Amino acid sequence: MAGLPPYASTPERIWYYLFRFLCGLIFFFLIFPIVVVIPLSFNAVPFFTFTQEMITLDPAGYSLKWYEDFFTNLNWQGAVRNSVIIGIFSTLIATFLGTLAALGLSRPHIPFRTTLMGILISPMIVPLIISAAGMFFFYSRINLQGTHIGVILAHAALGTPFVVITVTATLVGFDQNLIRASASLGATPTRTFFKIIVPLILPGVIAGGLFAFVTSFDEVVVILFVGSFEQRTIPWQMFSGIREHISPTILAVATILVFISTLLLTAVELLRRRNERLRGIRLT
Amino acid sequence: MKFFTLKPTAVAAAFAVGAMASGSAAQATDLVVVSWGGAYTASQQKAYHEPYMAANPGIKILNDDSAAEGVAKLRAMAEAGNTTWDVVDMVASDAIRACDEGLVEEINYDQDLAAAPDGTPASKDFGDMLVSPCYIPQIVYSTTFGYRTDLVKSAPTTIADVFDLAKNPGKRSLEKRPINNLEWALLADGVDPDKVYDVLSTPAGVDRAFAKLDTIKDHVVWWTKGAQTPQLLADGEVVMGSTYNGRLFSLIAEEKQPVAMLWDWQVFDLDGWVVPSGGKNKAEVMKYLRFATDTQRLADQAKYISYGPARASSAPLVGKHATLGIDMKPHMPTDPHNAKHTLMFNIEWWADHRDELDQRFQAWLTK
Amino acid sequence: MSTEQAILTTADGTPLKISLQRAMRRSRLKALGLVAPLFVFILVSFLLPIGDMLLRGVENHIVAEELPRTIPLLSEWQPDSATIPSEAVFKALVLDFQQGAKNKTINRLGSRLNYEVAGISSLFRKTARKSRTLTSDPYQEAMIKIDKQWGSIETWKLLKTFSSRYTPGYYLAGADLKLNIDGEIQRQPEELRVYMKLFWRTLRLSAIITLLTLVLGYPIAYLMASLPTRTSNLLMIMVLLPFWTSLLVRTTAWIALLQQEGIINDFLVVIGLLNDGGRLPLIHNATGTIVAMTHILLPFMVLPLFSVMKTISPTYVRAAKSLGATPFQALIKVYMPNTIPGMGAGGILVFILAIGYYITPELVGGISGTFISNRIAYHISSSLNWGLAAALGAFLLLIVLALYALYDKLVGIDNMKLG
Repeated sequence: MAGLPPYASTPERIWYYLFRFLCGLIFFFLIFPIVVVIPLSFNAVPFFTFTQEMITLDPAGYSLKWYEDFFTNLNWQGAVRNSVIIGIFSTLIATFLGTLAALGLSRPHIPFRTTLMGILISPMIVPLIISAAGMFFFYSRINLQGTHIGVILAHAALGTPFVVITVTATLVGFDQNLIRASASLGATPTRTFFKIIVPLILPGVIAGGLFAFVTSFDEVVVILFVGSFEQRTIPWQMFSGIREHISPTILAVATILVFISTLLLTAVELLRRRNERLRGIRLT
Repeated sequence: MKFFTLKPTAVAAAFAVGAMASGSAAQATDLVVVSWGGAYTASQQKAYHEPYMAANPGIKILNDDSAAEGVAKLRAMAEAGNTTWDVVDMVASDAIRACDEGLVEEINYDQDLAAAPDGTPASKDFGDMLVSPCYIPQIVYSTTFGYRTDLVKSAPTTIADVFDLAKNPGKRSLEKRPINNLEWALLADGVDPDKVYDVLSTPAGVDRAFAKLDTIKDHVVWWTKGAQTPQLLADGEVVMGSTYNGRLFSLIAEEKQPVAMLWDWQVFDLDGWVVPSGGKNKAEVMKYLRFATDTQRLADQAKYISYGPARASSAPLVGKHATLGIDMKPHMPTDPHNAKHTLMFNIEWWADHRDELDQRFQAWLTK
Repeated sequence: MSTEQAILTTADGTPLKISLQRAMRRSRLKALGLVAPLFVFILVSFLLPIGDMLLRGVENHIVAEELPRTIPLLSEWQPDSATIPSEAVFKALVLDFQQGAKNKTINRLGSRLNYEVAGISSLFRKTARKSRTLTSDPYQEAMIKIDKQWGSIETWKLLKTFSSRYTPGYYLAGADLKLNIDGEIQRQPEELRVYMKLFWRTLRLSAIITLLTLVLGYPIAYLMASLPTRTSNLLMIMVLLPFWTSLLVRTTAWIALLQQEGIINDFLVVIGLLNDGGRLPLIHNATGTIVAMTHILLPFMVLPLFSVMKTISPTYVRAAKSLGATPFQALIKVYMPNTIPGMGAGGILVFILAIGYYITPELVGGISGTFISNRIAYHISSSLNWGLAAALGAFLLLIVLALYALYDKLVGIDNMKLG
């Protein structure tokens, strides 16, 4: 499929172009819904459609007022603040605990590895509505429902599997002899950790941390139950907005989030490539 | 002074304590008031919160828009023993449930609330509206129909017209729950208005109501939030639909949409305050409620939204809309002109049958 | 040769075997020690809540708590005797009611039993109100005067059947069954059966969504796997961008696209395929849920497919062709069987994710496109029947865990990759 060979028959040629066209349509299906919110968020009227003015590129059809609403509305400001606070703290907890556990899981001779792994990544598998229900009931009992700490702990639990998985992945095929070599050359365990292990796992840790942050930043089911108005995050605010009445402010928020996710995607891609390169160098 | 032997942070704390003691006016109390959000919270903000905060600089009122999950969250807080809400807005049936479960405080009406200007005690002034010992009603609202004047074939005049597809083809929106819909179905089917709940108490009566709903089922858009019907009407996706009368008022009077009201067999219900048990600011809350539920304040709310005040003494004080300048009286659901045929939501009956009929309604929808 | 000489020892004289074992144990403990903090954290913040929820589905403390005097006495009463309980039981009941009314908790009892017998809650509310003034016997007569249901054996059977601290009632209700007042398991009447239908619908729609993601994901994964890395990396970004974009953003986008006044309908009207009155109902129904969720879950299908296809050598297909297979035959008989692991992994992953979805069906599903999750949420926040919510959650969890086990068997949890 890499290119059409010169000896291809006519049906093969037709199939080749037809197939590419179909794939183009599928990629369009993937990307179009995300791209389409961007121009709509600059709509001058509170509708979800392209007006005549917008299609003819008349400046009167465009407006920044939904962005203005987002940046001046107190509810949205509180939501941004909460999203950042909850995201950062839950990411720190998830990254710290997840990295430690991944180091443990990647050691040789760890007993019950599969069982442990299964338990540790269960928050990623259990449907969010069940996690949310369980946490709502249980956190009510222990006084954490409707508190920032409760939401941070809940989000940290949801984020740890990503850290465990990404950091474990960077340690696959890790040569334990490197540690021995380092020790035999006189390095202390601490020095070995920072000079040998950290550089190797860092891309995984950062990528896992980003995943954990995005998990918290996007999460809406658990926050709806475990959180309360004071913990409202951007998704919480969006969800209640969509359920009640969709204003284009939500599209403005969506556009901002698309840009943030593009940035995060770029960061993770760069990390992944760096990781591959690093490991590639080591292997040759 | 003992404090000076302690660490600097303790000194700072001591200083802060001293500052609070010297000027108690500067010590702010936050009251978390839970309500429905949107236009309704806005009307409470203007009529109750803002004047109260102006008169009491030490009080800061925070709005939480989670009233829809009110009982669930209160129950969770009660289990946790950590009630962070001070006042919660609820419809009557939810307030009764919360009261049943001991989640909210009982109110001593004549002692806790202001008397009417003529001296009538609060319990008399509210009268029949006091459906639960824990509940302070604010408003009477009604669930009723609006229709697109330009899209209907002929203007509907009775509830039976809602169920008459021949007379008025097109989609209609109804709330996604059995409450009100079953009553309307029976009324449209010719059941004697006084006997609606008697008929509904029999299995045959329930079957009859569902059979009537079956006749329009394919033409119904089901809503769950009060803002949906106005939106659907404005978009022309439905030709008529049920919602709260205040929502229709703003659609007609503020947004100037070609929509008119069908008041026939509007269902009255109440909305009001409850005070969660175990709240931390009980004294401040009661002071606030005494102010916010007095005769003038309840009448003031009607300036911003077209719901009828729950106190008898407030009715004569209802005036003009604050920004539109129109007389609000004809837009009140309780206005005699609008209230020719009304149904009082039977809270007790629904408390008994809600679980079962909810499930049956869901099964009916899934069919 | 003496045995001492055969044993190798380390410098300090310990036998090597023991020393090695010790080192191994230390290494194991160290490994476990590293895992322990997260394990404890997950246990407390996540597994305990889930266990607590499962337990809530059988908890039935309210009856025993509200009627502490009556229930022990009632255990001696024989429902078969066809007589209502004795005066002593009635006295205990009145005292319990008075105590409960004082604590303002007695009406919990009515709400609880109303789940089992519709219409019973008013009996308890009425009795709680009127029994406050009862101070002297005969209580039996007085109670029957308050409501004649107290003279009925059925009422007492109900109390007795649901007096235990644990009940299968909620789990049965979640399976469209019920425990009748005689303690026998029955099917719900036809018009009240809803949960099995909802579970079935959840599975059916999830299967459709999984199939659609496979149909759409397979060609583009194939294309990317066959293109040079530089080009396929570029295309990969188009798969990953939706993956990284907020779920709510994507759902919002679909609302904007699919609603009656939305972009797709507008477009169809403009090009003349539809007239303005005939706009298609694409949202607030099963179509809306299927379209939006297929889009949202597509990356989860493409990524595992891609990683499997990347490993398939193009020589296989070439060999097949050289042996006389048509390109179509080569694709079906040679290429596709090699991609089955990828299809399995992606398929189960998408299916697991789909059946637990809540947000998207809630916003675009209307009546016919909602899942069991939406019903669970409804029972938590609206109907307040937390026991039933817990039971439905347990069923859903069971399905997911079974699929998860299957996934583990086919793919291995260790091989789960991200991005």
